[in-house]
Amino acid sequence: MNYFNFAFITLLFPFLLTENKVAVVTFEQLQTYAAHKYNDTLYVVNFWATWCEPCVKELPAFQQEYKKYAGHKVKMIFVSMNAPRDLEKVQSFIDNQKLGPLVLLLNGGNPNDWIDKIDSSWSGSIPATVMYKSGKKVYFCEGSFTPESLEKVIQSKNK
Amino acid sequence: MKKLAFISTVIIALCSFTTTGYNVGDKAMDFKLKNIDGKMVSLSDYKDAKGFIVVFTCNHCPFAKAYEDRIIALNTKYASLGYPVIAINPNDPEQVDEDSYVNMQARAKAKSYAFPYLVDETQSVAHTYGAAHTPHVFILQKSGSDFVVRYIGAIDDNSDDPSAVKQKYVESAVDNLLAGKSVSPSSTKAIGCSIKWKN
Repeated sequence: MNYFNFAFITLLFPFLLTENKVAVVTFEQLQTYAAHKYNDTLYVVNFWATWCEPCVKELPAFQQEYKKYAGHKVKMIFVSMNAPRDLEKVQSFIDNQKLGPLVLLLNGGNPNDWIDKIDSSWSGSIPATVMYKSGKKVYFCEGSFTPESLEKVIQSKNK
Repeated sequence: MKKLAFISTVIIALCSFTTTGYNVGDKAMDFKLKNIDGKMVSLSDYKDAKGFIVVFTCNHCPFAKAYEDRIIALNTKYASLGYPVIAINPNDPEQVDEDSYVNMQARAKAKSYAFPYLVDETQSVAHTYGAAHTPHVFILQKSGSDFVVRYIGAIDDNSDDPSAVKQKYVESAVDNLLAGKSVSPSSTKAIGCSIKWKN
C-alpha cells in the first residue's frame, strides 16, 4: 500500500487503525476494561503471548466466536503477556492474524501482585481465560480450548 | 457427533480442574531421573546437601530462557552452601522438539551447566510436585531422610529484566533456610509457559 492510499484510508476509516492498535495497560486499567463494567455483556478475557504455541493455536477459535456473537453482547479482550518491549512484534502479529478488535499488552509489574486477583487457582501458566458479566467473574480456565469447548462455555455463560 | 460432544465435555472438565501437588510444608518424594550424561540422579545421591533448588524448566520457553543465566548463578552461589540446583525438563518432546533429550544435552553443553538437567520422561515427578509451568521452583530442605517443601514459585519478581529485580524470592528463601529462619513469602506466582503434558 502506498503512502497516499494509506493516508486516504486512515482519513476515511480512522477506527480501522485505532481499533486494532495494541494498547499497553496497567493491571488497574485492564480491570476497567472488563471486570468493573456493570452491564450484561459477557467479557471474555484471554491471556496469551506471541511465543506461546498453545495460545496461538486457540486464537482462531476466539476469533470465530467473536464473529459469531457480533452484536450479541459478547466481547473478546486479548491480553498479551509479551514484554512491553515486544509491542511492535505483538502489533505485527495481530495485523497478520487480523486479531481483535481489542488487544492489550499488560505491563503489570510483578505478576505475583496480580495473578491471584484474576483467579486464586491460576498458577500463572498461559493460555488462561477469564469471563466477566455484570461486574462479576463467571468463569476461569487455565488451559487450552478447542473451538467446541469454547463455544460451549460461551453459550452457557451468555444465557 | 455424540462422540464430539463427549470429548468437549471432557475438555471443559479438564479446564476447571485445579492442579494438585505439593503445598509448602509437605514432604516431597525422591525420584530417579536420567541426566543429560545418561546417568540416573536421585536426591538421596547428595549426601552432604542441606536441601535442593529444584527447577522445572525447559529449552524452548522464553521465560525459561530469560531465567537460564539466573538459574546457573543460583547453583554457583548455593551449591557450595548445600543447596544445589536440580533442573528437570518435564515437557513432552513430541510437542516441542526443542525440548528433546538431544537438545537438552546440547543446551547444557552450550551453557556449561554445572548441575544436573534431568528428563522427566513419564512426567510423573512434575505431576506429583504440582509443577504447572516453566520455570517453576520448589525449594526442598533435608530433614533426616525427608525432603520438606519450603518454597514454591518464581525465581524473582521480574522475568523480563534481571537488572530491575526488586525481590529475589529464591535467594531470600535459601538465605533464610541457611540462617535457620522461616521462609517468607513461601509461595509466589509468575507467568510462565504451561508444561506440555502428554495427551
